[in-house]
Amino acid sequence: MNAPSAPRKIRIATATLGGCFGCHMSLLDIDERLLALVEIAEFDRSPLTDIKHCGPGVDIGLIEGALCNAENVHVLREFRANCKFLVAVGACAINGGLPAQRNRFDVGDILKKVYSDAPDGRSRVPNDPELPLLLDKVYPIHDVVRVDYFIPGCPPSGDALWKFLTDLIGGRTPRLDYPQFHFD
Amino acid sequence: MASLEAAASPEKLRRIAIDPLTRVEGHGKVTLLLDAENKVHQVRLHIVEFRGFEAFIEGRPYWEVPVTVQRLCGICPVSHHLAAIKAMDAIAGYSHLTPTAEKLRRLMHYGQILQSHAVHFFHLASPDLLLGFDSEPTRRNIVGVAAEFPDLAKQGVLLRKFGQEVIRHTAGKRIHGVGAIPGGVNKALSEPERDSLRSEIDQMILWARDAVRMIARLHEVHPAFYSGFGAFRANMMGLVDRHGALDLYHGSLRARDADGGPIFDHIDYSTYEKVLTEEIKPWTYMKFPHIRALGPEAGWYRVGPLARIQICAYLPSELAEIERRDFLALGAGKPVHGALLYHWARMIEALHAAEVIRDLLDDPDIAGTELMAERGERQQEAVGVIEAPRGTLFHHYRVGEDDLVKFCRLIVSTTNNNQAMNEAIRAVASEYVDGRVLTEGLLNHIEVAIRAYDPCLSCATHAIGQMPLEVDLVDADGALVDRRRKNLGGA
Ligand code: SF4
Repeated sequence: MNAPSAPRKIRIATATLGGCFGCHMSLLDIDERLLALVEIAEFDRSPLTDIKHCGPGVDIGLIEGALCNAENVHVLREFRANCKFLVAVGACAINGGLPAQRNRFDVGDILKKVYSDAPDGRSRVPNDPELPLLLDKVYPIHDVVRVDYFIPGCPPSGDALWKFLTDLIGGRTPRLDYPQFHFD
Repeated sequence: MASLEAAASPEKLRRIAIDPLTRVEGHGKVTLLLDAENKVHQVRLHIVEFRGFEAFIEGRPYWEVPVTVQRLCGICPVSHHLAAIKAMDAIAGYSHLTPTAEKLRRLMHYGQILQSHAVHFFHLASPDLLLGFDSEPTRRNIVGVAAEFPDLAKQGVLLRKFGQEVIRHTAGKRIHGVGAIPGGVNKALSEPERDSLRSEIDQMILWARDAVRMIARLHEVHPAFYSGFGAFRANMMGLVDRHGALDLYHGSLRARDADGGPIFDHIDYSTYEKVLTEEIKPWTYMKFPHIRALGPEAGWYRVGPLARIQICAYLPSELAEIERRDFLALGAGKPVHGALLYHWARMIEALHAAEVIRDLLDDPDIAGTELMAERGERQQEAVGVIEAPRGTLFHHYRVGEDDLVKFCRLIVSTTNNNQAMNEAIRAVASEYVDGRVLTEGLLNHIEVAIRAYDPCLSCATHAIGQMPLEVDLVDADGALVDRRRKNLGGA
């Protein structure tokens, strides 16, 4: 990857924790600019690639989604350890977003409710060791690691993500103009 | 071979995990249990996330639901928006819509089908088909496809963009729009907006047809492999219109068996509980729906493009119907069941969606301004069903006099395919993994089978039950010998 002959490509990693994938879809909303982006950048771990773990030397790590279970925390720490700039993308990563609506309840009660409302009336909460431990509450990512940038929106628009990335890659302080924030 | 759902003595086996599944939306993992000879004893697709959406939506005002529910899934937010709004129309007392409102919702929905099918095929699945299942994993992605097939990659990006623009013009935003409200829609399509979409649609139709033909050519190279990969007999279910034609926005439920014989037909979807029920298993948060009369063993079914285009009488769009007939010729009168055939069926539907979009844009009603219907009597309970890109999607609500939601049940498309996806990975594991030395490429075969179903693990997660995806191998003493996560470069 660091072939001396070619200029080194910017390395970008992305992950979705407890999110809806909408922030990733918004990244694809840069449309044709995606083809320009891959000229200067390459992807490390991301749902778009088959790289399953974030490797060292990543320049920009984009995190979608909140922390809902132990595995989310693990992935987030792996990103923080390997990414120069870590970015919280969207409402879920920044403040928990929709998944954090469960914070009004006890997680055990919710599980029981969801798995006993089954049409056959029996309650069987899935409990296999393959299922990662749920956290008691849903947390924003800055509760666990240091975050370098926050991009608000649900999701932030493709244009906002493009402006952010081109600023950062171009060595400028990323700035988003007010109209680039999209709130419902 | 036994069902592979549960090994007789799992503690003696080696666990291999494919974790996380990649090039799918959301989180999942597959676990495999193998013995000392690498014989496969157990294969499971797990959905590891849990959101509890149905629990926390209770107590919220009903009119908020069609907007919040989209946050289940950023890939098909329109499907959740519209399934919820169909239920909330009835709750709020609207038994019909104005022609303009219904057509605008249809336009939004077919834009959604087009963009979702494009993103799935071009951005996520095409690297396997075009570069090879066991090609170099660092290049097996959309970037690798763009390097080798730049025109194709660009067409994929532009097809998706067009679908997203249809959504933006009808819903207000590309992702998580707010266009539909109980009783109608809140935004008209202006004539300039209509004309700008109309000016591009003919090109989109051609590109969508090119994509269908390209898949047909890939099939021609190795027909037995393409038809046989991840194949198993399954029932099929989906919505059809009054005439039995495919209608992705509205219709009644039809189920056919693996030979195409009738199971049920024209079931009013608000009575789905009479024909369908769900089972829970401890190893996944995703439930297992099945046809009540047939039971969990025989009653599970497949939804989505491969089911839909085979159970309908015809596609009401000219070019797509021609392609569908070519496709049906594969089975010589019988349904076909191969996992990779999903891609072919999916692109036929993308072509169909593009043609429907053109017809809607040509309809004078589409630029009308009668957006809200007359209000009638309120209901306490309602069901909204739609054919989402991945299959039949059910939203079921009860709402009190105080406007607050009292009960919510969602059966999402991916959940409807839960058993079918598990069958697919078991079929592939038996054929390609059983007794062999594991390589990254072989493990990718399992993911190829899952990807064919285009699972949306985000949807599956937010709803009641979901599973994680990862594949694990455990040795004869129960120790985790090889936790295959399909690591980069790991052979
Ligand atoms: S911020 Fe919004 S779009 Fe992004 S993951 Fe969360 S719910 Fe989805």
